[in-house]
Amino acid sequence: MSAPAALPQVDAGTLLAGRGINKRFGGVQALSEVNFAIRRGEIYGLIGPNGAGKTSLFNVLTGIYTPDSGTFVFAGAPLDGLKPNEVAHRGIARTFQNIRLFANLTALENVMIGRHVRTRAGVFGAMLRNPATVAEERAIEQRAFELLEYVGVGRRANDLARFLPYGDQRRLEIARALATDPKLLALDEPAAGMNATETGSLKGLLERIRSDGTTILLIEHDMKLVMSVCDRVLVLDYGKKIAEGTAGAVQEDPAVISAYLGGDVALNLKGAA
Amino acid sequence: MRALFDTKSNPALAWVGLAVIGLALLALPFALAAVGTAWVRITNLAILFVFLALGLNIVVGFAGLLDLGYIAFYAVGAYVYALLASPHFGLHLPFWVILPIGAAVACLFGALLGAPTLKLRGDYLAIVTLGFGEIIRIFLNNLSQPVNITNGPQGVTLIDPFRIGSLNFRDTETFLGLAFSGPIKYYYFLLAVLLVIIVINLRLQDSRIGRAWEAIREDEVAARAMGINTRNMKLLAFAMGASFGGIAGGMFSAMQGFISPESFILLESIMVLAMVVLGGMGNVWGVIVGALLLSFAPEVLRYTVEPVQQALFGRMLVEPEVIRMLLFGFALVLMMLFRPAGLLPSATRKRELETPGAAANGR
Repeated sequence: MSAPAALPQVDAGTLLAGRGINKRFGGVQALSEVNFAIRRGEIYGLIGPNGAGKTSLFNVLTGIYTPDSGTFVFAGAPLDGLKPNEVAHRGIARTFQNIRLFANLTALENVMIGRHVRTRAGVFGAMLRNPATVAEERAIEQRAFELLEYVGVGRRANDLARFLPYGDQRRLEIARALATDPKLLALDEPAAGMNATETGSLKGLLERIRSDGTTILLIEHDMKLVMSVCDRVLVLDYGKKIAEGTAGAVQEDPAVISAYLGGDVALNLKGAA
Repeated sequence: MRALFDTKSNPALAWVGLAVIGLALLALPFALAAVGTAWVRITNLAILFVFLALGLNIVVGFAGLLDLGYIAFYAVGAYVYALLASPHFGLHLPFWVILPIGAAVACLFGALLGAPTLKLRGDYLAIVTLGFGEIIRIFLNNLSQPVNITNGPQGVTLIDPFRIGSLNFRDTETFLGLAFSGPIKYYYFLLAVLLVIIVINLRLQDSRIGRAWEAIREDEVAARAMGINTRNMKLLAFAMGASFGGIAGGMFSAMQGFISPESFILLESIMVLAMVVLGGMGNVWGVIVGALLLSFAPEVLRYTVEPVQQALFGRMLVEPEVIRMLLFGFALVLMMLFRPAGLLPSATRKRELETPGAAANGR
């Protein structure tokens, strides 16, 4: 552990701060000096063109990769050197861009596995089935049912995860992540492949999760969703932060327009305005 | 079949069914003894293989870690018992002290094997575990110099049988007009331990730990992201599986009275794995059926192949041993074709194999 003095200064309203995050894969600088701060209770968008480094940032944050340099401070303490399971234990839960459910287990079992990190029963509890273990097991199952209802797949509790429709699989992944009681829920393109109706109800779900007290970090390509649901947005391009601010401000930012549409278009738009 | 075990939906039928099975199991050794005491011994060895298969099922079936050196833990348990209860070191500890020691030492070896292989999967893990099994056997073969620990290839002889007070498991006693021979006493002891081991397996599977193992088997990255400490859970699977093997090994020592490294060759590991696969990975009942089938089949062949050939051809054309391997291979091929998930597949395994390409989904 590094000395407290070396930590970036963050105020109490900040849940997660990234300072000078760098990550290189061979010849590609996937992340370069990325700084950001997420406040408690906000929905924070992370956008950028394909290959901008969004998922890399997720993977570095959740301990799947180690950053080459830089520090994340989460809820007042650094995340340096933590393994993915330790990051989850600290209160960051994630979903995956290409859904990674436990495909051959039921929806309910998937969510019950999410409770693992907040429950304690060990080998001896499992073997002896003592009252504490039985009570815990019942609580796990009940909480899992509640979460399935919460995200709207309660009716599919006993279906295998891989037989769920695509949109429900995304929701199930969110329920599984919520089962770990996260302070920060990190979603990697939850609306990918959804139709407009599904995206609309996803938006409702995200707002509800936020109002129930969980901060959300959202990678998303659906700009309509990002702009309507996010309080603030971080824009990455080629691993660098090119803008950060409210959804409205970022939308107007010439650097962002240029990154998404190409430099010429940005200039033309400016001329037209 | 299911109704026989379902004490909730149909309690009367279930309890009667269980009682009948229980009585049949209690009466079995006397029926076998009437045919020949050898069959009681064969049954006892079959139950030991059920222990081994259930232990390996934790590693392979529950956690999805392929282990080709599992017999090493059986060897460790057997040698711990042999060295602590034989004239070799002049130690004669009681079995109820040694069996837990054997389980603990095997457990330690399980963790020793698990630790360096945590990052390996599939084929690579199989190769390392295979090597581990051979290393243990070669050590047992050669640890007779410079200090004689294992007595090398000669093995350890005159191993104590189980003793409870003045009751010696090697003697025959008459009780209520029934002759309780040594093997019959071991049979009841094994049956009791078997019951405990089955309950432990079923409970483990349906628990927080069991779910964590399933998660690791399905998708390790997602399991870790959900906060499961995959390192500890894998080590736990190896250690638990190994301690089952250690207990079985200790009993093997006591029942046989003699052990040598030859009993713990690679083929034995493969046989135990075949029992798990044939029966149905991950399904406790399936694994038991697989273990019993593969333990009894060669013995049945041993007693039938010769008379059948004598009757058909007037002389013996093919050795039972050859027929055994032939049938065994044939059975495995048929299995892979018609029941790839095992005779009694676990619900999850069955699903995995039901639709093509499903396995790729979880990897």
